[in-house]
Amino acid sequence: MNDESMVKSVCMDADDIERAVTRMAHQILEANKGAENLALVGIVTRGDLLAKMLVHKIEEIEGVKVPLGKLDISFYRDDFATHMSPEVHSTDIPFSIDGMTIVLVDDVLYTGRTIRAALDALMDIGRPAAVELAVLVDRGHRELPIRADFVGKNVPSSSSENVRLFLEEVDGISAVEILDIEPGKRAGAAALTKKEGE
Amino acid sequence: MAFDHKHLIDITEYSADDIMTILETAKTFKQVNERRIKKVPTLKGFTVVNMFNEPSTRTRSSFEIAEKRLSADSLNFGGSSTATVKGESLVDTVKTLCSYKIDCIVVRDRWAGVPRKIADVSGVSVIDAGDGKHQHPTQALLDLYSIWEEKGSFDNLHVGVVGDISHSRVCGSLIPALKIMGCEVTVIAPPTLLPARPDILGADHVTSNLDEALPELDVVYMLRIQRERFEGAPYPNLREYNLLYGLTEERDKLLKPDACVCHPGPINRGVELDSFMADHPKRSIILDQVYAGVLVRMAALYLLLGGSNDGIDA
Repeated sequence: MNDESMVKSVCMDADDIERAVTRMAHQILEANKGAENLALVGIVTRGDLLAKMLVHKIEEIEGVKVPLGKLDISFYRDDFATHMSPEVHSTDIPFSIDGMTIVLVDDVLYTGRTIRAALDALMDIGRPAAVELAVLVDRGHRELPIRADFVGKNVPSSSSENVRLFLEEVDGISAVEILDIEPGKRAGAAALTKKEGE
Repeated sequence: MAFDHKHLIDITEYSADDIMTILETAKTFKQVNERRIKKVPTLKGFTVVNMFNEPSTRTRSSFEIAEKRLSADSLNFGGSSTATVKGESLVDTVKTLCSYKIDCIVVRDRWAGVPRKIADVSGVSVIDAGDGKHQHPTQALLDLYSIWEEKGSFDNLHVGVVGDISHSRVCGSLIPALKIMGCEVTVIAPPTLLPARPDILGADHVTSNLDEALPELDVVYMLRIQRERFEGAPYPNLREYNLLYGLTEERDKLLKPDACVCHPGPINRGVELDSFMADHPKRSIILDQVYAGVLVRMAALYLLLGGSNDGIDA
């Protein structure tokens, strides 16, 4: 899946990710005083899988299955003119978000631009009562006034590095890795090595 | 997945992968079109000129809706305002438009080759919205999209294209597009409405017997009889055309149980298509084609006007 030489360190392994997700599920329930009126929306292509893990964990703890949606932000990006991604994934939010408390879920929080786009996308779909943000990794380097409400792990990083989450479901292994950015490439999520559901 | 096209003029320049990228992108736009706020900010700040030098209602309105739902600014240019009636050459008109710092020209013209000429002199993205009897690539793409949604894939599909082949620019894009996607294509028309060399169409079979061909088809694509383009009389009268080449209620029993019926519109009811078939709840996907027009035009604008393809910032 990865060129081994590019990997500088593994900052979370599968157990670390599992423990962080468990803690975040508890924090989300504590902050919202339970699961009532709560829904999770993950940002593709890894945040949606994390959101699914959080929904399972919340169900284990609270016995309630909260609604789960996924959001693609391709049409809301602020750098469309220079960096259009031709691979658009589908947005699928099979419930009304009006009046709900939405927890946006993403894998790595970096510049904050993805979250800015996700907020715009969400507001065009409906009018949530509140939006909270959960990320597995906060790597710093914010360019917008955005912060996460729930963080799995803070990972100080250099802007010449890429912090990537791999999940067993789509990558065959679960880990958060720090890699050097290849010349000419930009920071970002890894391409899915397996399609979801395969 | 890479998409490196700047123009959409000739469908034969597109690979099966390119076409699937457009169809899959079109599908993601469904979600935008089916919610209360049917608009995304993707093309904010882009200017698209709709240069329609020939009458068009549905293609132009479909492009306009696609542009508006992507937040592009659009300018309609053509018809009676066409500068050519004042003696300006096409090239000068295009260069004038480009001085407004536009990003894309969508062009419909009665002469084949005009979109290519505009692409050569303008430097902006050009989308062919129908040129003469040559091509109409977004029509072919919306047809492919509708067939793909209806049938699930293009594998082992046999498509029959019926009617006025020789005057049809829809055919000029649709037949090559179906072949790119691996379909079997049969062209069915009276000999007087076929080109002098039917083999250049690229279809697998050419016949003039509709009743023999129908039982083999998964998709029946009925073309419009283009009365306005006729010189001479290629058939005695409309009633005779309907009897021999119209998709009538009687011909329903010749069709496979799951065969579907397409038409690019506008329909001449009672000529190439009887109301029974045009409005058939199971067979007709004609209104799905109209909806698909908005989806694939949004996808084409999105992919053609987008920048380079690399990673996604977190």
